[in-house]
Amino acid sequence: MQPPASPSPPLQFAAATVTSCLGTGLELHRLALRQGSSGLAPCRFETVDLPTWIGEVAGVDEVRLPRQWADYDCRNNRLAELALQQDGFAAAVQAAAARHGSHRVGVFLGTSTSGILQTELAYRERDAQGAFTTDLHYAQTHNTYSLAAYVSARFGLRGPAMVVSSACSSSAKVFATAQRMIAANMIDCAVVGGVDSLCLTTLYGFNALELLAPDPCRPFDARRMGLSIGEAAAFVLLEAAPAQAADEAVLLLGAGESSDAHHMSSPHPEGLGARLAMQAALAQAGLQPSAIDYINLHGTATPSNDRAEGRAVASLFGPTTPCSSTKGATGHTLGAAGGVEAVFCMLALRHGFLPGGTGADMLDPAFTRDTPLNYLLQPVETAPRHVMSNSFGFGGTNCSLVLARGG
Amino acid sequence: MTRLTASLDGIGLLGPGLQNWPQTRSILRGEAIYLSCRTQLPAPQTLPAAERRRATAAVKLTLATGLEAVAAAGMQAAHLATVFTSSGSDGLNCHEICAALACSDRMISPTRFHNSVHNAASGYWGIATGAMAPSTVLCALDASFGVGLLEALVQVAVLQQPVLLLAYDTGYPEPLHSVRPIPDSFGLALALTPKRSDRSLARLSIRAAAPFTDDPANTLTNADLDALRRSIPAARALPLLEALSRGESGTVVLDHLPGQGLAVTIDPS
Repeated sequence: MQPPASPSPPLQFAAATVTSCLGTGLELHRLALRQGSSGLAPCRFETVDLPTWIGEVAGVDEVRLPRQWADYDCRNNRLAELALQQDGFAAAVQAAAARHGSHRVGVFLGTSTSGILQTELAYRERDAQGAFTTDLHYAQTHNTYSLAAYVSARFGLRGPAMVVSSACSSSAKVFATAQRMIAANMIDCAVVGGVDSLCLTTLYGFNALELLAPDPCRPFDARRMGLSIGEAAAFVLLEAAPAQAADEAVLLLGAGESSDAHHMSSPHPEGLGARLAMQAALAQAGLQPSAIDYINLHGTATPSNDRAEGRAVASLFGPTTPCSSTKGATGHTLGAAGGVEAVFCMLALRHGFLPGGTGADMLDPAFTRDTPLNYLLQPVETAPRHVMSNSFGFGGTNCSLVLARGG
Repeated sequence: MTRLTASLDGIGLLGPGLQNWPQTRSILRGEAIYLSCRTQLPAPQTLPAAERRRATAAVKLTLATGLEAVAAAGMQAAHLATVFTSSGSDGLNCHEICAALACSDRMISPTRFHNSVHNAASGYWGIATGAMAPSTVLCALDASFGVGLLEALVQVAVLQQPVLLLAYDTGYPEPLHSVRPIPDSFGLALALTPKRSDRSLARLSIRAAAPFTDDPANTLTNADLDALRRSIPAARALPLLEALSRGESGTVVLDHLPGQGLAVTIDPS
């Protein structure tokens, strides 16, 4: 399959923010990634009784949505609201809507479970006939679209609004959707990113798949035992980049997508789909693999995922390109992971460092023997020019982004 | 790019009392009577046996409609990019998970969990057809067909490549039905391509800079079909299909978000 030719000129990050178990806003994440610290802690979420660690965001329950949108109240939209208040992001969206017109701002957000926690709780309160006894605002909370509906309503936006929900690639693929919509002149800018919040479905679901680690997850480490679930929100305001981007600008040069066509819950063993997505992103960016200075791996810390991605990266980039997974710091934030890690790549480009693989201290010998990788166990102070972020999901859905420093 | 345009080369359809596109076309033209009955979902023969056993209603629905559209268009499913759009993930599967999580042992099956993702139908489509092309999986509640059509037309126009759009919804059991009253399964698939050909049924287009309108959505003259349009989000496409069945040209307004219709122009080939 030939990767598609570049359909559009580069976009730039006009504003961005991230909130995870590492804290609220960009500055706390920059510090944590530079220090290699982790926000994972033993699971004490709700009534969950599982021997695992999670990345829970502090203070989500205390967030109150603006009163006129009270029907949207659920953990996912509270986490979205908490994130929108950081780094001047809400003001940047309002300014963009005023500048371009509210119908020229798109909202493309990724989530996997949205506000399903509301429904999980309502199921515990059914009457003897099995009917709900609590007010459940399904459309505004549980439904997958709830997140984009909330963000659109909150800012009074009238452009196209949708949720991409393809498991763990969701909030990476929204960058590709925004890129196409801007290229088609349907909109001038787009709010992209994703939010996923803790719920029982994912914690007990990954437990059923026997993929939860009993300790903080350690992607690519010799002793890795599975993943840690996290929650997070990341937002980026994307707009067309000027012909001569400023030095501090961060650009989206390419987005590559593919499908595994292999299995619902395990990746293609050789990482074939992952490789296609990375190649398509490079082709759109007009770059050779050697131009990439750092890869933020999907790196979930399950042996089959790490092995498939490792093989794909080694076959395309060889053994020297620095790479790491930041899921040891945040946990796997599922549908928000692509957006979170795109913002981490933005921080790396803007501040001149490469995140280390938090949680890992000894690379799995399989990677040193069969598919050598330059996996960073510690953060590195160096200024990358081009970076890649990988996001691969259940159902074999893959997306890679190529970001660059302006100037 | 003032208009985003694609050639519609194949249609697949399955819904209550609607067995495929040719039969539905006859009903929409008024040549056959519409008799509503539960949607008949065929077993997905294209899936390997292990996956066939696990196939949910959404998987059966999208495989049936997608393969019908691809065959009519003379396309190869294995090479096609896809856009899947649905107003929610599998309601029955979700009910089973939430019910299990409300029990003391909270045991849920791995299969139920992997079928719970909104992109389950897309994943099974890839396994069944071998398609490694990109697949975009969308949700916009009752506007899900509209955003799927927007996204598909944008992909065809910007990337200049064929795209298969699959819009689908499945019924919700109680108690979810009380908050999301979708009664049954309805799915349609549209095979869209940049270039007009002998197979083209029509050209579809939307205004790039202003796809939405304040005008009210078109309705159907047949009251039963209009009730179907209102009750299942994927069936919001029916006014477009009615105009196509009659070979009409002009603009159809489809239900999108409240106060925001999607204006689609049809130009018969």
